[in-house]
Amino acid sequence: MSKDAAEIDGKGYWRAVLRLTLSLLTIWFMVSFGAGILFRDVLDQVSIGGAPLGFWFAQNGSIYVFVALIFYYCVAMRRLERKFGVKG
Amino acid sequence: MSQEMWTYIFVAGTFAIYIGIAIWARAASTDDFYVAGHDVHPMVNGMATAADWMSAASFLSMAGLIAFMGYGGSVYLMGWTGGYVLLALLLAPFLREFGKFTVPDFVGDRYYSTTARMIAVICALFVSFTYIAGQMKGVGVAFSGFLGVEFNTGIYVGMGIVFVYAVLGGMKGITYTQVAQYCVLIFAYTVPAIFISLIITGNPIPQLGFISDVKGEDVSMLAKLNQVVTDLGFKEYTSTEKSMFDMFAITGALMFGTAGLPHVIIRFFTVSSAGAARVSAGWALVFIALLYTTAPAVAGFARLNFIDTVNESTYVESLDNYDAEAAAIVAAGGKPIPKWFKDWEKTGLLAVEDKNGDGRVQYRAGTDNEVTKLDRDIFVLANPSIANLPGWVIGLVVAGGLAAALSTAAGLLMVISSSISHDLCRRTLFKDMDDKTELRVARLAAAGAVVAAGFMGIYSAQLAFVAQVVAFAFGLAAASLFPVIFLGIFWKRMNREGAIASMLTGLVPTFAYIWHFKIGAGKAAGAADWFLGVSPEGIGFVFMFVSLAVGIAVSLATKAPPQDIQDLVEDIRVPGTRRSHGIADSGMAPVADHT
Repeated sequence: MSKDAAEIDGKGYWRAVLRLTLSLLTIWFMVSFGAGILFRDVLDQVSIGGAPLGFWFAQNGSIYVFVALIFYYCVAMRRLERKFGVKG
Repeated sequence: MSQEMWTYIFVAGTFAIYIGIAIWARAASTDDFYVAGHDVHPMVNGMATAADWMSAASFLSMAGLIAFMGYGGSVYLMGWTGGYVLLALLLAPFLREFGKFTVPDFVGDRYYSTTARMIAVICALFVSFTYIAGQMKGVGVAFSGFLGVEFNTGIYVGMGIVFVYAVLGGMKGITYTQVAQYCVLIFAYTVPAIFISLIITGNPIPQLGFISDVKGEDVSMLAKLNQVVTDLGFKEYTSTEKSMFDMFAITGALMFGTAGLPHVIIRFFTVSSAGAARVSAGWALVFIALLYTTAPAVAGFARLNFIDTVNESTYVESLDNYDAEAAAIVAAGGKPIPKWFKDWEKTGLLAVEDKNGDGRVQYRAGTDNEVTKLDRDIFVLANPSIANLPGWVIGLVVAGGLAAALSTAAGLLMVISSSISHDLCRRTLFKDMDDKTELRVARLAAAGAVVAAGFMGIYSAQLAFVAQVVAFAFGLAAASLFPVIFLGIFWKRMNREGAIASMLTGLVPTFAYIWHFKIGAGKAAGAADWFLGVSPEGIGFVFMFVSLAVGIAVSLATKAPPQDIQDLVEDIRVPGTRRSHGIADSGMAPVADHT
């Protein structure tokens, strides 16, 4: 059920959104700038199939995680909207 | 049937489909024309966004670029996909909730300033014109290379097609043609990739072939590639000459630039709600990832295959008598140069010179290299022939390349036309203009922009900035547009003065740096003189932080924005609470209605 604009705890909702956004952006940073560039040499010690892991993250792996992140965000946001009675 | 005949059939067939869609999806109002009536399904919009996004360069050049750059090419892969995460989490849903037509519209209304709106218009126009000229050039190249049509004539044909569906249908026409264009381009890209993956690794899925062993050997594809390229004196495939900081900066500039590009952002104005914008960004990235995760596999396979078949092969002089001569070479225990090499040699994309006179082709790093011309586009274009696919597949690839160029050009055209008709005319110069007149002006602006873009394509050789589209478009979008939009949503206190200062400190130095090192006096000095070792492609990332800092500092030093604006920002953060606010909506009611 959606509530009237006046009844919605807009501030609480926004804080929850910011928390979610920040944690997802941390993952976004870690799989691309982190795994693909900064810690690439360390990860390359391990391989996935026949590819060094850091190199694979830079060319393929990070992209898969990006897709997953956006869809997770959609689901989590819908949950937040329901919890706070915001119209989605 | 000849290969050229097939190419004609595919190109003409796809063009007919685009025109048909344009006639079916005519725009009747400014809502239709600018935002396709706000009722595009999220998945359909995702597919249209993917076509909008993937340009001639993504389709034809990216795999080749990665094939030469190896690990260094990862900046494009991460940059041009990671930007969608920023778009989905930080911009698209909020801008949709804001409920206007264009990016300058948001800037002008949020910062209650005509000056801010005009700076945003200038950014959007410059970025879009640079980008669109490259697309028109791509159309000309495709026509002249494959259909035996002159370069300029090719551009005129491309202009004509885009004219019909963009001017008639506006965003509505563009959306549905882009869906068709996505289907054409992804099919054309993945079919040859599947076959080449089968040939090299025995695995039909390129993404898995990428991490598999070479077929019939006990060594992984990438390990073999590293071995082969280092034997020839090249750098290891999985390494790069770029510094870690430069890799970081370029990836950042491409990511934030992607998120700030107006032609991508406006696609999210076409869906029905903030929630739909989020889902739509997810779908867009799925459709983009299909090509972007295939590209590095194609790159690796193509490089390996090229070395395998061309290096140390015996050159065959005549193409007509190829089969007989090749058979003779095989009989003598030699390896003839592959037939596809001969086929593509005549296009000028490939050339060899027998420097040591031994009759064989040596592919090497350094001055002994006998492959004197190896165009990066060759890897995608020659894929079908390398994989021994029938002639019609090449026709399909050409149609795919044209689809990629035309779909991107159309999206850019919308930005140009709406910036002029809506932001410059309706919102600034002639505030009492009615909807009908605005629609007419929008069509006129789109028509004018098509012509201008075509001429920029024709004279692209004389316009030095066209070749630097990656640096300019992404650098400027990251440094001047992303910060104001982001702060406009996430920081209520951001005001007019801060926005203007932020845009200018992003725009001017980024533009000057790229111009200096790519076109101007610093071109010769190059990397040695780079600021902090950051290349022109990555400098937008550095100035983005400057722009953010300046925006915040100037805002804090000046008066807080009016209460109406602060309320508006709170409204767009919480879906469904958007109300009308005097200053921000003066002259136009919000188009979003939540009933």
